[in-house]
Amino acid sequence: MEHSQHRTISADDLKLAGDGVGRLTKICGAIGILGLLATFLLYSGNHQQFYFSYLVSFSFWLSIALGALIFVLIQYATRAGWSVVVRRLAEHTMATLPLFALLFIPIAFGLHELFHWSHAEAVAHDALLQKKSGFLNPGFFYVRAAVYFALWSGLALWFRRRSLIQDLSKDPLTTRLLQSVSAPGIVLFGVTVTFASFDWLMSLDPHWYSTAFGVYFFAGCFLAIHAVLILLCLGLQSRKILPGVVTFEHYHDLGKMLFAFVVFWAYIGFSQFMLIWYANIPEETLWYQNRLQGGWYGVTVALVVGHFALPFLFLLMRDVKRRRASLRLAALWLLAVHFLDLYWLVMPTLHTHGAELHLLDLTTFVGIGGLFCAALGILMRRGALVPIGDPRLVESLSFENI
Amino acid sequence: MSLTQDTAADGLYGLLAEFSSPETLLQACEKVRDRGMSAWDAHTPFPIHGLEKAMGLKRSIIPLFVLVLGLGGAAIGMLMQWWIATKAYPLVISGKPLFSWPAFVPVAFECGVLGGALGAVFGFLGQARLPQHNHALFNSENFERVTDDGFFISVEAADPNFDREETEQWLLDLGATRVEAIAP
Repeated sequence: MEHSQHRTISADDLKLAGDGVGRLTKICGAIGILGLLATFLLYSGNHQQFYFSYLVSFSFWLSIALGALIFVLIQYATRAGWSVVVRRLAEHTMATLPLFALLFIPIAFGLHELFHWSHAEAVAHDALLQKKSGFLNPGFFYVRAAVYFALWSGLALWFRRRSLIQDLSKDPLTTRLLQSVSAPGIVLFGVTVTFASFDWLMSLDPHWYSTAFGVYFFAGCFLAIHAVLILLCLGLQSRKILPGVVTFEHYHDLGKMLFAFVVFWAYIGFSQFMLIWYANIPEETLWYQNRLQGGWYGVTVALVVGHFALPFLFLLMRDVKRRRASLRLAALWLLAVHFLDLYWLVMPTLHTHGAELHLLDLTTFVGIGGLFCAALGILMRRGALVPIGDPRLVESLSFENI
Repeated sequence: MSLTQDTAADGLYGLLAEFSSPETLLQACEKVRDRGMSAWDAHTPFPIHGLEKAMGLKRSIIPLFVLVLGLGGAAIGMLMQWWIATKAYPLVISGKPLFSWPAFVPVAFECGVLGGALGAVFGFLGQARLPQHNHALFNSENFERVTDDGFFISVEAADPNFDREETEQWLLDLGATRVEAIAP
């Protein structure tokens, strides 16, 4: 009888044994370095293209790490039981955030290539930008970025460290402490991610603004981390790690969250679109106009279909969320369209008439992604894969959907 | 079938077996399920994990009601606005086309939610055959404990495998602390 039996974990389930993952980490690191080298070689003559490609790739991988941070904060704030077995994987993922502070340096250097508002002569002839210059100026931009990364890194490292210490101490008071910090943590996260998305993505078109933009970006982050957690669990279990720890019940719940945030993304995206379309104020509609004409129209339609309609219908089915192959397909697909979403946010500023794929899109993606995966591999080998000291672990192990 | 008719003629709704704990109830449910009984049910004061599986219940078809009525509601919501805005009372608003579908999405969405909710509520009521004014099991005074600390299995006389004496003995063998005949 499954219902009355409390599953337990053996020590073998918790460690990344063998050299397989170590080798994979090294391969990822090598691919990352090669990607960045190729990027460096392609940089000359393609300055602007480089910075825009880099911003898309940076946003994509960063959104996964940010999604991990808010995932962990929410699990603590809601005192969730089901997610304990996958929470440590998110804790390892969010600990890559300091790496992104380093990876931000090229964006800081590319300020003038990326952001129209950073040119003093452009501001001098633009009444609107003059009004915004109190916020949109290089000095304050750098300070804000430093604050974001300090806050995210601090929160992520502190939560992971406390959780790792709890593995040995088994002290339930740690959970209490993290619970009480998680709620203000969510507030800080909400404010900083909103403004970070304003700074790095929305201000590419400095005349345009949308108060829903931060939530829109967050929806992508939260969707991405669930897709990544699914892929991480599937990947680990295919190597006989975490067998019987992450069950179909957990996959089912992760799949439900994918479904929920597919809908949430569409809800926020449409809300943003409809209000701007309805009010029909030129400085607001221009942003959508750029994305609804020329080659970008096809991308917009592809997003509506690929990021909403198809995954909505696919994930609606219960069996899809309880089978490995179909859930893997959904997670990979959603990560791909999430990338397309960020590409669609950034690139129309550079290529106004339609998407123009460039080799730098690939090399920056592989470069940052390789380093991210290598960092994740190193972090995962430095601690257990499941928070064995968490008082809700037994509840999570025996979790069942009703 | 003659047996069933006989017992029905005796004026018997069925048998009510009481169990002392959720564990014994679950084990008994598995036996009843494996015997292929069809007209029977389990009654507990609180939800018990694994009871659906032990009873061999099929997945509910209510999600299907929700899907069909949800999509239907959304379609009706959109059609209604299309008809009002282009046929019944065409009115140009802020220079937009008569059929400005983005403006109609929120209402269509809400109609979809309404349809889905109605599908869930009435699908559930239909599946559970509610409302009923009374139920034969309420004839048992002991059955009142189902909202407190009693765990029960009821087997209806209408079940093809039902035999008054034999089923009673069988339920006692399954660990029932007490088996009671229920008048219709």
